[in-house]
Amino acid sequence: MRRTLALLGLALGPVLVLGVFFVLPVAGMVARGFWPDGAFDPGGVLEVLARPRTGRVVWFTLWSSAVATVVSVLLGLPAAYALHRLDLPLRRVVRAALLVPFVLPTVVVGVAFRELLGEAGPLGGLGLDGTPVAIVAGLAFFNVAVVVRSVGAAWEGLDPRPAEAAAALGASPAQVLRTVTLPALRPAIVSAASVVFLFCATSFGVVLTLGGLRYASVETEIYLLTTNLLDLQAAAALSVVQLVAITALLALAARLRTVPDPAVARRTSRPRAVRRSDWPQVTATLLLLVLVAAPLVTLVVGSLRVGDAWSLGNYRALQTTGEGALLVPVTEALVTSLRTAVDATWMALLLGLVVAVVVTRRSRTPGERRVRSVLDGFFMLPLGVSAVTLGFGFLITLDRPPLDLRDSALLVPVAQALVALPLVVRTIVPVLAGIDDRQRQAAASLGAGGLRTLATVDLPVVWRPLLAAAGFAFAASLGEFGATAFLAREDRATVPVVIFRLIGSPGAMGYGMALAASVVLATTTAVVMLAVERLRVPSLGAF
Amino acid sequence: MLSLTDVSVAYDGVPAVRDVTLDLPDGEVLAVLGPSGCGKSTLLRAVAGLEPAAGTIAWDGTDLARTPTHKRGFALMFQDGQLFGHLTVARNVGYALRLRRAPDTARRVAELLALVGLEGYAERLPATLSGGERQRVALARALAVQPRLLLLDEPLSALDAGLRERLAVDLRHILREAGTTALMVTHDHEEAFTVADRLAVMRAGRVVQQGAIDEVWRAPADRGTALFLGYARVLEGAAAELVLGRPAPAVAVRRSALVLDEAGRLAGTVRAARATPTQVRLVVDVAGLGEVDAVAPLDRRPALGAPVRLGVDASRLAVVGAAPSDSAV
Repeated sequence: MRRTLALLGLALGPVLVLGVFFVLPVAGMVARGFWPDGAFDPGGVLEVLARPRTGRVVWFTLWSSAVATVVSVLLGLPAAYALHRLDLPLRRVVRAALLVPFVLPTVVVGVAFRELLGEAGPLGGLGLDGTPVAIVAGLAFFNVAVVVRSVGAAWEGLDPRPAEAAAALGASPAQVLRTVTLPALRPAIVSAASVVFLFCATSFGVVLTLGGLRYASVETEIYLLTTNLLDLQAAAALSVVQLVAITALLALAARLRTVPDPAVARRTSRPRAVRRSDWPQVTATLLLLVLVAAPLVTLVVGSLRVGDAWSLGNYRALQTTGEGALLVPVTEALVTSLRTAVDATWMALLLGLVVAVVVTRRSRTPGERRVRSVLDGFFMLPLGVSAVTLGFGFLITLDRPPLDLRDSALLVPVAQALVALPLVVRTIVPVLAGIDDRQRQAAASLGAGGLRTLATVDLPVVWRPLLAAAGFAFAASLGEFGATAFLAREDRATVPVVIFRLIGSPGAMGYGMALAASVVLATTTAVVMLAVERLRVPSLGAF
Repeated sequence: MLSLTDVSVAYDGVPAVRDVTLDLPDGEVLAVLGPSGCGKSTLLRAVAGLEPAAGTIAWDGTDLARTPTHKRGFALMFQDGQLFGHLTVARNVGYALRLRRAPDTARRVAELLALVGLEGYAERLPATLSGGERQRVALARALAVQPRLLLLDEPLSALDAGLRERLAVDLRHILREAGTTALMVTHDHEEAFTVADRLAVMRAGRVVQQGAIDEVWRAPADRGTALFLGYARVLEGAAAELVLGRPAPAVAVRRSALVLDEAGRLAGTVRAARATPTQVRLVVDVAGLGEVDAVAPLDRRPALGAPVRLGVDASRLAVVGAAPSDSAV
């Protein structure tokens, strides 16, 4: 009983924060849909759902996300194998490089693909600009790293002996893959695919920049309904649809993830030398690298062109407001971005650490275990709710006393911290859970107190993942666009918001500046990610 | 017939197996015996095709260097079974049969489960089995397609002592019945004696001795081999001559070779006595030998410091390095 109380006490902080800054805004959003004028009126929601446009938007969201998920998995699996099981030269660098798209600001991804596929771009001849193909490509580009990371980490930890046993029983490499390896990897693949689908279905920046007005997903539609059409009831209705669909998806994924015998032996094996028979996987990895590099290279090249000449003019223009398109120069927005990201990072880290500790401590009673699993699910909720919904919810619930945060400088960091929270938790939890509890018992039996045990057993294992999670959260905050687009005031705009404004502004100068700003932002996040990758934390970016 | 010629395996330039030459005729069971870390499991993995090896590994005269694991027609049984956790017992056992699209899989699986004494376990999942049951399933799985060579990697080591003894007898019976040619590695000499016909002793990557079990047993190649085979002490020079009754460079002595006997040749003083369920174990200080182990019947426990005489049971001695052995050091 005392343990359960201590558990609840420790959980109280994160629960309160999540309650105020997550449940309240999202509930406010839902309430806006069902109680439009203070009276319960579900008819409005039904009316919105019956609109043909709503159907089209939902259908587009579903199929584009599904296709992008399949593409991500197909592209990611060979690379996961090659980069985690084979002793390829430079594989650490390649792994870090493939993670860069995932933390790239979605707006930057959108801009890069328009640069690549647009009329003037190298692939302009394909006529893909503004088509669903471009959106699917952008989504897959963004998410393939999740598959490589998640499945790769599982593959790396897979005990090689069952596969060897199968080979010794006469199974060819293809049969080993089909009958032993893939079944063992199924939980990781299902989990990665469901997270990718989730990210695709709630993707905002990519669809907004690539889809224009013709193609909208539920997420961009919510934004459009709120900001342009001021149809808050419809926006709320769509948010509810999204919430229900995503909860259902997460539950389904959890069911699919269960296997007859969950105790898959883990034993990190040394990568083996590349053999001639590995060429398909290696070729596929190189192809993936080219596919990932292409939009980025065109982005950089584009940013260095003014008119028909090479120039740094776009970068010099970052000190200006772009002929009045912005309220503040881009350089100032960059400072704002960095400040915001620092704030968001410490918030996410603090919150995430407490959550991870609460979730991973061993339960002694069934009641305690139930409390823990409920808390675990609760803290993962931000992963399932779109950033736009969250931002919109902030806007409509935190605008009056006692919580009038509209003008608070902390509003944007708090929202970004909530978006980054699942990333932090998912990085730290596997590490904490991997510490054998008997290590703590051994320390305690040798006379170490609670804090000393923490310092002896937990801290040496967890400080690197913690640092990595900080970098990850920082990069994610830098690129956060969905919630920030709602909440950032024009005079305190972050770089992704500024880039979006610049794309929309008339004239070549704005677009050139958007490219340059994208390169600056992408470089910053890439540098952070490369530094983080050097910490070699396997759970980073794995879900 | 399996023949290894000058097989060497190295990890990152560090040799794990050096110049091993072995032959295994059809239908025989060869045990590779050695302490942990001597390279015996590496040798087994090389035979299975799981480690790249220098030298020649050949079956019936055909070099297997270019034959991948799954085409060698061998089966490998791991120390911990390595059953596929997502498949039932029946599907584990029938795994190789399904790969080969063999007809009548169900009947064969039932036969195999009967052979290893696990009728009625077909639908169980590996996680629900005990350690001994898992090893039986692993054995049935390995035997399913009648491999031309069965490779056993410490098949019984993960089990507790009593179960290990029983399963070793069962294993021998099953291998005999199926007429299987098998190569087993183990660090337990009792297990090797129970299961195998032939023995190869490995130390620090090299095979130091090989031959039929009783040959190796009667004439260990060197001191280390003798101790590893369970001899209590190795006596050298004058001490060896004193025990043996004729000149020899070294003699390996089992604990029970020296027995309390009033008419014995050796005289000494009792230094320690400890009763076991079957006999009294003594440490006796014998003139010319120093302290040696000896045994006495339970009903004749001598007092500490008492003078005693010891007889020598020659069948429990072995002259070390005496017998010519094809790869003795």
